[in-house]
Amino acid sequence: MSGAARLPAETLWRRRLPASLTALALAVAALLLLLNLGALGAVLWRAEPGSAGFRSADWAALRFTLTQAALSALISVALAVPVARALARRRFPGRGVLIVLMGAPFILPSLVAVAGILAIFGRNGLANQALAWLGHGGFSIYGLQGVLVAHVFFNLPLATRLILQGWARVPAEHLRLAAALGFDGRAQWRHIEGPMLRQVVPGALAVVFLICLSSFAVALVLGGGPRATTLELAIFQAFRFDFDLGRAALLALVQAVLGLLALLALARFSLPMMALGGLDRPVPPPPGGLGRAVDALAITLAAAFLLLPLVMVVLRGLPHLMGLPAPVWASVGQSLKVAGLSVLLLAAMSAGLGLAALWARRAAPWAEGLGMSALLASPMVIGTGLFIMAFPLINPAQLALPVTALVNAAMALPFALRAMLPALRQAEADFARLSASLGLGMGAHLRLVLWPRLRRPAGFALGLGAALSMGDLGVIMLFAQTGGETLPMQLHRLMGAYRTQDAAGAALLLLMLSLGAFVLLERLIGGKEPRHAGT
Amino acid sequence: MRNPTLAAGLLMATALAAQADTPVLTVYTYDSFVSRWGPGPAVKEAFEAECGCELNFVGAGDGAALLARLQLEGARTEADVVLGLDTNLTARAAETGLFAPHGIEAALDLPVGWDDELFLPYDWGWFAFVHDRERTPEPPASFRELIDSELSIVIQDPRSSTPGLGLLMWVEAAYGDEAPAIWEGLAPRVLTVTAGWSEAYGLFLEGEADMVLSYTTSPAYHLIAEEDDTKAAAAFTEGHYMQIEVAGIVAGSTQRELAQRFMEFMLTDGFQSVIPTTNWMYPAVVPQGGLPEGFETLHRPEVSLLLSAEEAAERRDGALDVWRSALAR
Repeated sequence: MSGAARLPAETLWRRRLPASLTALALAVAALLLLLNLGALGAVLWRAEPGSAGFRSADWAALRFTLTQAALSALISVALAVPVARALARRRFPGRGVLIVLMGAPFILPSLVAVAGILAIFGRNGLANQALAWLGHGGFSIYGLQGVLVAHVFFNLPLATRLILQGWARVPAEHLRLAAALGFDGRAQWRHIEGPMLRQVVPGALAVVFLICLSSFAVALVLGGGPRATTLELAIFQAFRFDFDLGRAALLALVQAVLGLLALLALARFSLPMMALGGLDRPVPPPPGGLGRAVDALAITLAAAFLLLPLVMVVLRGLPHLMGLPAPVWASVGQSLKVAGLSVLLLAAMSAGLGLAALWARRAAPWAEGLGMSALLASPMVIGTGLFIMAFPLINPAQLALPVTALVNAAMALPFALRAMLPALRQAEADFARLSASLGLGMGAHLRLVLWPRLRRPAGFALGLGAALSMGDLGVIMLFAQTGGETLPMQLHRLMGAYRTQDAAGAALLLLMLSLGAFVLLERLIGGKEPRHAGT
Repeated sequence: MRNPTLAAGLLMATALAAQADTPVLTVYTYDSFVSRWGPGPAVKEAFEAECGCELNFVGAGDGAALLARLQLEGARTEADVVLGLDTNLTARAAETGLFAPHGIEAALDLPVGWDDELFLPYDWGWFAFVHDRERTPEPPASFRELIDSELSIVIQDPRSSTPGLGLLMWVEAAYGDEAPAIWEGLAPRVLTVTAGWSEAYGLFLEGEADMVLSYTTSPAYHLIAEEDDTKAAAAFTEGHYMQIEVAGIVAGSTQRELAQRFMEFMLTDGFQSVIPTTNWMYPAVVPQGGLPEGFETLHRPEVSLLLSAEEAAERRDGALDVWRSALAR
């Protein structure tokens, strides 16, 4: 970010990280290192010596993991660009609602999402039924194509939102100037959109790659069998089938290194944020004609792909929603507690690391890197490692709530920073000098300069964190206690007790809660009316 | 009260004292056992009514996760009893040295003999492929017929699911050296493999696949709870592999006597009568009232297959390699 403007007087306006924020950032960094390295170390410590080894099947798992994660990231982001472009340029009734709903797949629990996808693309799904009705042969979703469909379904929404924010940060003045200069589409792409995309696309690729890296149940079921074995499944096997902790730790290490390499490679690719001075004015009207048709097509197709499976989840759950058994309703409270705590932790974590990435001198890249790779270790290893660390000290059941909230917050941190950091940097690049020359103190600078520009991405990020936490069925399974079940746990139990219809109702309830939490926080924190164009 | 903090403290102290008088028996089990829809709540009530103790169920994933958790905790575990391992896990469980002999001689209603000094069965079932009578009126009657059919099946991954591992052992027990050929024949029939039982069963109910690997008792759920008689288990002439679910006393338990009482209680009506319509399995000892109405409609295989715990442990890794290479093509 120091590329912003190398004025000799830089030190005059560039702020220093205050001591309180330094302490916060250090605490967050320590916590994240404990989560990743500590958990991995704990698992290794409990392992029988010399048990680890890479088997031939692991190479196949490594190859498949890399292939599916790379393809999922490329396809999700490639499709997200035209969709985000169309959404950024067009205004139509229901646009805001559409953007919110199109974000829903990302926050759905994976089992629910898979059911929705199969209701459309499965052997017995609507698409195959329509093809049969038209007299065409059907298609099979099971295979690499299925894994990709599911991962794009999950991640297209996130990629779209991240890129949409990039578009929203293009100052209206640039677009007006481009229009005044008579830029055609190509020139506009070269001078405005291309450079903006080089700032946001590598980050979006990295996020999606990291998410898909640890996928296993979804990859297995849609991948059609052991061909679709990912490293995370191999880790699962090492734990549960062989109880070989050394092997599990080794595989988790390989998986973490893959993620780290991807992050480093993509960081080299991305352009640094530049000062794009602008006055936060509305954008000029976009081109009509062909451009309009292309945008309409992009929005329609993406909406159909993302919303039809959701509609199926809603239709299946609706008749059973009101009749849900009491324990399901009781678990809602527990889920709200976990999500609430998780959001608070996420806010503290992203404030600490975000501002450190902005103002800490030499430590800034470290703060950013750590935040972006908050959960590189395998979720399975983190859960087990924490269990090993906690067990001698305290009854794990007592930790179920805080540990789940903490891991959920760490899960959401990379997305949160991807959303918040660019806005912070932009605000700093645009207004830091002005703020310094006016002699604003740290408090006033945060309140008057940064917060108004941060609150929309912050609302988005914290809303996302709440929704993710609401739907997560990860570490809590290891720490769970009777009576402290969360909604995803109850959903899982209903499915395990043949109660498919109640499970469909519970899935809908979970969808409503996740989406509700997301919208509420985004509105509450982000403010009702966008001051800036875009998201 | 002038000093509410003190009052609260006193109240808590009395509550703690009352608690300390009641011994607590901690039973680790799998998640679906403790759920509201599983046997847990009724078993807890029945045992607490007669033991003068508190029964504390701790749910930990499924059978394999349960054992992994016990191994993680080692000798320091809080568990007094572990309930929910099956015969594919007992060899590994015995190896940990964490279990103590139960010393119970009981007449069990199992199709096979039982002689294990560490583990005592509480329920059992046969694995089977479940189908919908209307969609598949003439199901295959053997693995070979299934191979020759056009039907699609969903199975579970043996690496992450106990029924998945059960199928692996089923093919091993029925075909031995021919198992690789059977798996190669089955491969095109396998629509997909899921990580757990519930996902596979869900796919079947949605109509994604014609058959799903489950239990001969699965149709009883639909019949009894949903009054739906369309689901049935296909009878295979090779015989059906069994799953026997067992419990064992943890050697380091501080409540050995109570644990022993629980194991004895486990085979009485208070426990056994709950099993058929919550766990949807056969009780290890048929309760006095017999099996619930509807169970008589279920297919009862003439041949029950079961590898001994040692044999199952020995053949597991080889069978897994066969499975993986046949299905990974």
